[in-house]
Amino acid sequence: MDQVSKSKSDYLISRKDNQYEVIIGLEVHAQVTSESKLFSTSATKFGAEPNTQVSLVDAAFPGMLPVINEFCVKQAIKTGIGLNAKINNRSVFDRKNYFYADLPQGYQISQFKDPIVGEGKVILDMPDGQKEVGIERLHLEQDAGKSIHDIDPKNTFVDLNRSGVALMEIVSKPDLRSPDEVSAYIKKLRSIMRYLGTCDGNMQEGSLRADVNVSVRLKDSKNLGTRCEIKNVNSIKFMQMAIDYEANRQVDLIEEGKSIDQETRLFDTKKNETRSMRSKEDAHDYRYFPDPDLLPLEISDQFISKIKNDIPELPDDKKKRFIEEFKLSPYEATILVSDIDTARYFENVVSKMGKNKDIKLAVNWITGELFAVLNNKNLEISQSPISAKNLAILVNLIKNGTISGKIAKTIFELMLDGDKDPQQIVEEKGLKQQSDPKALGALIDKIINDNREKAIEYKQGKEKLFGFFVGQAMKASGGKANPQLINELLKKKL
Amino acid sequence: MTIDLKTIKHISKLSRISVDEEKAHKLAKDLNSIFDFIEKLNELKTNNVEPLTSVAETTLKLRTDKVKSKDIREQIIKNSPQDNEDYFVVPKVIE
Amino acid sequence: MSNITNQSLSELVKNIKDKKLSSEEVTNAFINRSEKSKELNAYITEDYSSALEKAKKFDQKPNLDLKLPGIPMAVKDLFCTKDVLTTAGSKILDNFVPTYESTVTQNIWDEGAILIGKLNCDEFAMGSSNETSFFGNVHNPIDKNLVPGGSSGGSASALAGQLTPITIGTDTGGSIRQPASFTGTVGLKPTYGSCSRYGIVAFASSLDQAGPMAQNVKDCALLQEVISTYDPKDSTSIDFKRNNYSSELTNKIKGKKIGIPKEYRVDGMPDEIEQLWQKGIEYMKDCGAEIIDISLPHTSYALPTYYIVAPAEASSNLARYDGVKYGFRAKGENLIDMYEKTRSEGFGAEVQRRIMIGTYVLSSGYYDAYYLKAQKVRKLIKNDFDEAYKKVDAILTPSTPSSAFKSGEKKDDPVSMYLNDIFTVPVNLAGLPGISIPAGHDAKGYPLGLQIIGKAFDEQNILNIAYAMEEKINFKNKINDWWIK
Repeated sequence: MDQVSKSKSDYLISRKDNQYEVIIGLEVHAQVTSESKLFSTSATKFGAEPNTQVSLVDAAFPGMLPVINEFCVKQAIKTGIGLNAKINNRSVFDRKNYFYADLPQGYQISQFKDPIVGEGKVILDMPDGQKEVGIERLHLEQDAGKSIHDIDPKNTFVDLNRSGVALMEIVSKPDLRSPDEVSAYIKKLRSIMRYLGTCDGNMQEGSLRADVNVSVRLKDSKNLGTRCEIKNVNSIKFMQMAIDYEANRQVDLIEEGKSIDQETRLFDTKKNETRSMRSKEDAHDYRYFPDPDLLPLEISDQFISKIKNDIPELPDDKKKRFIEEFKLSPYEATILVSDIDTARYFENVVSKMGKNKDIKLAVNWITGELFAVLNNKNLEISQSPISAKNLAILVNLIKNGTISGKIAKTIFELMLDGDKDPQQIVEEKGLKQQSDPKALGALIDKIINDNREKAIEYKQGKEKLFGFFVGQAMKASGGKANPQLINELLKKKL
Repeated sequence: MTIDLKTIKHISKLSRISVDEEKAHKLAKDLNSIFDFIEKLNELKTNNVEPLTSVAETTLKLRTDKVKSKDIREQIIKNSPQDNEDYFVVPKVIE
Repeated sequence: MSNITNQSLSELVKNIKDKKLSSEEVTNAFINRSEKSKELNAYITEDYSSALEKAKKFDQKPNLDLKLPGIPMAVKDLFCTKDVLTTAGSKILDNFVPTYESTVTQNIWDEGAILIGKLNCDEFAMGSSNETSFFGNVHNPIDKNLVPGGSSGGSASALAGQLTPITIGTDTGGSIRQPASFTGTVGLKPTYGSCSRYGIVAFASSLDQAGPMAQNVKDCALLQEVISTYDPKDSTSIDFKRNNYSSELTNKIKGKKIGIPKEYRVDGMPDEIEQLWQKGIEYMKDCGAEIIDISLPHTSYALPTYYIVAPAEASSNLARYDGVKYGFRAKGENLIDMYEKTRSEGFGAEVQRRIMIGTYVLSSGYYDAYYLKAQKVRKLIKNDFDEAYKKVDAILTPSTPSSAFKSGEKKDDPVSMYLNDIFTVPVNLAGLPGISIPAGHDAKGYPLGLQIIGKAFDEQNILNIAYAMEEKINFKNKINDWWIK
C-alpha cells in the first residue's frame, strides 16, 4: 500500500437534492477443491449423471454418520491464511434445520457460532488506488443437492450429486461501496483461491456464487440503512446489475417516504430486476445447534504452521516482487499477477529467456500479441497455443537483433500453428535480420546510385527524404535488414 | 409458562407435521405438563457453567480425501416412494 | 437334546464347539419356540428360512474359533440389517430395506452368529413400555398384562421368553437397563463411544449407545466383547483399549469401593425398591466391597435435562423422514403438503410429541432458556459423577423406581411414563457405562433390578461386580410360559 493512494469510490445515487451511498457486503460460497465430499467419500466431479455421486451418507439414510475430510479442513485453513485471517484452534459444526427437497438430512451441517476462520482482510487494486475490504469470517459447510423444476409440470426432480460437497462461506464486512468494487473483490478472492488451489472459481459451474447484501444511506451519514439480501447470484455481471437495480429501488422507496423491508430477494436475470422471495407462511427459524454426530474441530498451532509453510507466493507479494525484481510498473504487475496461470506463464518466459533478457519486451508481447490471440480464440492462458519457452525464444531473437519487431510479428503468426520453434522458422524462411555492414553498405551504395537526384535533394536540406531511403533499403533486403544499422549507414553515406 | 395453540401451530409448521384442532389441543396439554416438569431447571444458577455438548472423550478424527463411494444410484433410489431411475421425484415445489 | 432354548449362550457355544449340538438344531429350536410365541409380539420381522440356510451352511464348514459359532440371534429393529426390513417400530419406515449393515450387527455376524429376526421396539426407541410401536404392544413373559419396558421391549421379551439366547438393544435414557430390569434379565449400556452408532437408526446422537442383553453376566460380557469396536465411520467412536470382557471376568471384587448416592432415594419410591437396594448393599459387603455414601446433588435435574436434550436432537435426526428418499409417503398437493401429511401420518403420537418439544426448545427465543440451559446442567450432572469417582470405583442404585407396570397404565400421562427412567437417565447424560442385573422380586413376583454404574471405559469393572453379585443373588426368573398354548 506504500506508494499507492487509497481508492475512494464515487458511486453515488442522486435524486433531486440528495446523494446516496451504497453499502454492500458479500457472502461468497466457494466450492472447496477436493476429491471427495466434506463428510462422505463420494466424488465431487462436475457434470456427472444425476445421482451417481451420492453415497448413503449424502442421501441421509437411517444410521448414516458424517466423517470429516481432512483435506477440506486444510483447504479452509489455507484460504484463511490467504485472506490474512485468524485461524481458530477450535471450531464447531452446527446443524441448520430446514426442510427442502434437495436437503436430504433435513439440515445442513454448517458452522454458526464458532467458524474455522475469523477476521481477515483483502486488498483491492482499484484504478485510483487500493482499497481494503474486511473479512468477517470463513466457515465450512455442506452444499445442497439440486431441485429441477422444469422437466415435468407436476413434479420436481431431485439430483443429490452436489449434496454434501464442501463449501467455504466467506463473509465480508459491509465495506464495499460500488458494483466495480464488488467486481474487483470477487476477482481478487477468486485469484487468491486459485493461487492456493482451494477453489477453481468457476462461476459457470457454480463453484463460486454469492449472496449480496445491499443497503443505502445518505452520503456522509453514519447510520446503516435496512438491508436486503439478494440470494445466490452466480456471475459478476449479474451481481453488478442486481446491486445497481436494488440500490436504485431502495433509494426510490426512501425518496417516496416509504420504508424498506428487510427481506431476501432474487435477481431475475431475464427482467434485470430483483424481486422479493414471497415470504413463506412461517418465517425461517433454522434452530442451529451443535451437531451431536461430530465433535468440535480442534486444530493445533503446529498443524496450522505446517500449512503456512506450504502457502505459495500470493498475488500481493508476487506483484511487489515483480515491481522490485523486474522493474515492472504497478499496472503491468497487477495484470500479470491477477491470474495465477498468467503469472506462471510470465515467470516461465522470464526463466527461459536466460541471462541477457529484456523483461519489458516480454511483458509487451504477453499483454499485447498473446492476450489478443487468446481473446480472439476465447482461450485461457493455460491453453495458450504458444508455449512460454517459444515465446521466450522469440523475445530473445528480437533482443539480440536476429529479427526485427516487424518480422517477429510474422513469425508469431506462424508459431500459432503447432507451437513452432521461432528459431526454426527464422532459419527455414530465411528471415534472419541482415546485420552485416559490408553487405548492407553495398546495398545502400546501390540505392544511392539508383536515386542520385533524391540524394542530392537530401543533401540540400530536404531531410524528409531520409525515410524514403530507409524504406528503399528495407524493401531491397526483403524486410530483413537491421533497421538500426541501415540508419547508421545511410547517415554516413548520404 | 403456557404453550398456546398458536405456538403449537408454529412449531408444527417448523416440524412439518400437520396438526388439526383436536391434535393441537392434545399436544398443548401434553407439552404444558412436560414443560411444567422441565421448568425445574430454573432452580439452578448456571451462569458460569460451560455447556456440555458431547461426552465423547476424544477429538474429531479427520479422514483422508479419497473417493470410496462409487456410483450406487440404483441402491440410493431403490427405496424411494417415487423416482424415474435417474432422479428422486417429489410433488411440485411451490415457493 | 430337548432343552436347547433354556440354555445360556455360554452353554450353547460350548455344546456347539463340542459338537454336541449343531447350529441347525439350535437355530431350529429358537425358531420353533419363536413360532409358538407370537402372542408376545416380540418380532416385527422373522427371517427364519434364511437363518436355517445360514445354519446349515455353518454346519457344513463350522468355524469353531469364532466367539458366537452358529448362534441364532434376533436383534432390535433399530439396527439396519442388509436386505432385511428395518422399521425402527415406525410406519414411516414400514417398507424400508437397507442395503447396508450396522457396524454392531456386522461384528456379531463376523463372529458366526445368525440373524433370526428383528425385534419390536418403541417407535424410534421413544418409550419406556413398548406401547408406541406401530407394530403393536409387546407383552412381558412374566405376565401378559405387564409391559416389558422400553424401548428395547421386544429384545427383553424375546430374551426372557427364550426366543433368542442373547440380543442387543439400544439405550438412550434407559432403554436397555429398564426392560432388562422389568423382565429379569441382564442389560449393559456401555460407555458412550464404546459401540459404533453407524447403521443404527438415530434417536438422540449424543446419548444413543448399543449394548448387549443376556440371561447372565457372563453372556453379557461375551457379547459386549464382540460388539464393542472402534469404528472410523462414527466420529464419536472412541479408540480405547478394549478388554476381553468374558475371559477377564472375575468375581473377586474385594476392596472395591462402592458408592451409594443418597439422591436416588426419591419421594414415593416403594419400600420394596428400598429393601432391594439394602439387600444389594449387603451382598456387596459379602463380596468384600467397601460401601461409601456419596452425593450426586444434581440427580433430580437429570430427567428435565434429558427431556430437552433428547427431543432436541431427535427433532433434527428425524427430519430426514420426509417421504422423499425412502419409507412412507402420503399424497400431497405440493412438496410442503406432502411433507406435513407424510410426517403426520407416518409418525406416532409420542414421536410427534417429542419432535414438537425438540423443535420448541431449539426455536428462536427459547434456545438459551432450554437447550443451552440443559447443556449446562448436563455438565453439572457429569461433574457430580467425576467428583464421586474420586472416592469410589462404582455406584450401586436401583435400576427403576418400580417393577413392571400394567399395559395402558401410564400411556396417557407422559410425565409419569418419563419418571420410569429417573435412575437410568443420569448415566446416559454423563456417558458412563451402567449394567442392570436382576436382584429380586417384588410382592407380586415381578423381577426387580439393581444398577451398577462405572467410570467411563470401565466396563470390565462393573461386569466383574455384577458377576460377583449375580452369584450371591442367585436370581431365578418366574416365567410359566403363559403364552404357549
